[in-house]
Amino acid sequence: MKRVVSAMAMLGLGLTALLAQAGAPGAVPDPAASWNHLWRDVLIDLFIIGAVFLAAGLYWVFKYRATREGQVGEGPKLSKMAAISFAAVPAFLFMADDFYLAAKGWTVWNEYRNVPRNALEVKVTGSMWTWSFEYENGVTTIFDPDSKTGDGLVVPVGKPVVLRMNSVDVVHSFFLPEHRVKEDLMPGRVTYLWFQPKAVGETIATCSEYCGNRHSFMWTKVKAVPQAEFDQWLANMKKGGQGA
Amino acid sequence: MSTASSGFKLSEWIFTTDHKRIGILYLIGSIAAFALAGIMALLIRIEQSSPGATIVSDVYTGGEQYNVWLYFHGAAMILGFLIPGLTGFAANYLIPLMIGAKDVAFPRINALSVWLFWAGIVVALLTFVVPDKPDFMWTGYPPYSIKSGGNLALYVFTVHLIGFSSILASVNFLVTIIYMRAPGMGWMQLNMFIWGSFTALIIQLVFVPVLAAAVTLLLFDRYLGTHFYDPSNGGDVLLYQNLFWFYSHPAVYVIFLPAMGIFYEIYATMAKNRIFNYKAAVYGMIGIVVVAGEVWVHHLYYSGMPDWIRIGQMVTTLLISVPVGLMTISMFGTLYKGAITFNIPMYYGVAALYLLLIGGLTGIPLAMTVMAVHLGETSFTHAHFHFIMGIFATFSVFAAVDFWFPKISGRMLHVGRAKVGFWLNFIGVNVTFWPLFIIGVDGMPRRYWDYSQFPAYFADYHKVATIGAFIVAVGMIITVSNWLFSAISGEKAGNNPWGSKSLEWTHTETPPGPGNFPKDVVVDAEWTPYNYSR
Repeated sequence: MKRVVSAMAMLGLGLTALLAQAGAPGAVPDPAASWNHLWRDVLIDLFIIGAVFLAAGLYWVFKYRATREGQVGEGPKLSKMAAISFAAVPAFLFMADDFYLAAKGWTVWNEYRNVPRNALEVKVTGSMWTWSFEYENGVTTIFDPDSKTGDGLVVPVGKPVVLRMNSVDVVHSFFLPEHRVKEDLMPGRVTYLWFQPKAVGETIATCSEYCGNRHSFMWTKVKAVPQAEFDQWLANMKKGGQGA
Repeated sequence: MSTASSGFKLSEWIFTTDHKRIGILYLIGSIAAFALAGIMALLIRIEQSSPGATIVSDVYTGGEQYNVWLYFHGAAMILGFLIPGLTGFAANYLIPLMIGAKDVAFPRINALSVWLFWAGIVVALLTFVVPDKPDFMWTGYPPYSIKSGGNLALYVFTVHLIGFSSILASVNFLVTIIYMRAPGMGWMQLNMFIWGSFTALIIQLVFVPVLAAAVTLLLFDRYLGTHFYDPSNGGDVLLYQNLFWFYSHPAVYVIFLPAMGIFYEIYATMAKNRIFNYKAAVYGMIGIVVVAGEVWVHHLYYSGMPDWIRIGQMVTTLLISVPVGLMTISMFGTLYKGAITFNIPMYYGVAALYLLLIGGLTGIPLAMTVMAVHLGETSFTHAHFHFIMGIFATFSVFAAVDFWFPKISGRMLHVGRAKVGFWLNFIGVNVTFWPLFIIGVDGMPRRYWDYSQFPAYFADYHKVATIGAFIVAVGMIITVSNWLFSAISGEKAGNNPWGSKSLEWTHTETPPGPGNFPKDVVVDAEWTPYNYSR
């Protein structure tokens, strides 16, 4: 009997270890996907709270209409215990929900802030009203929103990209709507964000911290290409050739 | 003001020390600011109704016009309308009447407050005549505000004047509430509006000086060559953002608390009911004072602050839901087993239930650091704070005018017009802001007038929002003109048309004369403003 128990325990442990492994090193963290997942959870949470309050409010508004002249309300005069309970129980429920959301939010936040080791590093410089990108080999690119020319930010699919960012003039903010992330840039500090380009294609990054006259036009193309194409593009750029 | 005046004399209004007249002067100033800021909102909405230059001159210089509208809309709505409307008009008119006092503690300082407020409005109006119009938003973030060609001094002096006015008013009303309550009136017998104002004014007194310091350093950096916010000379850009939001987040509660107070008064009176769990609501308000100063970093979630404080203030920000939740429960609970009469103030009251829920709940994802790194600075944020700060608080000012209109003017409001105005306002705000929530989640940034880089359907949502803004504009014109119309030709009001139990209705003439109360007010331990069924 003892042996059966210990064998089952071993098996259980082994399975747990296997399952734990399945989620860990091989899997690529994807903050944007986690964000979308959390957003759905939060919406459900908000919808439930909102529906309960709104239903109660509207029901009472219609149910307790005055029916005769001079009628007065008969709202309960709470005893001390009842008053404390009506404060303590909801306070406990709200706090429980707060800590639940805080814990979930913190988990995803850790994904956002822990940059994977194999990330490609790009230096981003913001200036009124252009983004410029400098790669590790010294290649610098920009994108001109008026003529829609220039490469902008080119990244390889499947490799995390970390941006080290700084501004030469005022506060800007590098906002990647598709990747659900933004971070401000300012003079005197280097900030960072990272994202995971998942599919080949073009998206945008746009300034989301007010920076003056051409704030609306301070955007750039973000082009995700296969790794091989990226390597070739970077090498071409280094030689002074034209990009993709 | 020893004798009742006959006829209208302008000097009697300018040099008045009567809190009721000062309240009305605040109301006139704040509605004027509201109207101008509203026109700016319409210009913004027209411009956004299609990508590219709609009414601005062209894509290269269009920002110069648009950004001035944005600046003036934000600064005038918050500093010129919401704060003076609630802690100027409503507090002045109602606090002495509700606590049974003949006036405020320092009537001449009160007059100085309203003069400073008007001076602030005049300086703000110079925006439209100076060549170097301010364009750095109501937040005035450096280094942009220092590098910008816009006139920073106008902004800073407006903040100084209105800030000074607010500090004086805070001291005045706090002393009034603490020392001038009618004999026998205990703290747990006060009107909810008194509690809302009391807690709001404490916040105002503590935090306004921080804003004054922040903008004064801005002034020094720009005009005296100091380097407080200049990193190339040892300063720090984030210092300003921290100081600014250390005031400006609590400022949200300076608006929110009296607004809640107004709706409590309307619910209790129209439902003829006691406030559900009065003490829990009062402690909720006090709770907000306690947490107000520990949450400002949620405005800096993506500003490069250290992670520990971004996470720490996520928790404090989420915990605001506890006091706000208790206040909300007692607000909804006041309807329970009530005897509700529906009239114009109550229309606004029921709308407020909904606005509070939408505005409050959409704040929850924004309180979460990781959600805010996408939703922050988008039109989702914009719609969120318009629901709670803009519309909920604006509706509270309009509801307050409608509710106390008989007392203030001595006449009843014309109901038909008021209803039309209400429905246009209510429908209009929903048509305006729901589309902005949706495209905000899809990434529409704030403070953009061109958005050609985004998918084409954004323009459709912006068009709907623009239509909504015009519906609101018509509703507001009807509402405000109805006040003027009714004040002149409305039906005469009795002393207590709503059958309230609160002192401003039960113990005063309509409108109240000099000294407010014909006889000194004394209350017993059983008295409350809500004792409809003892």
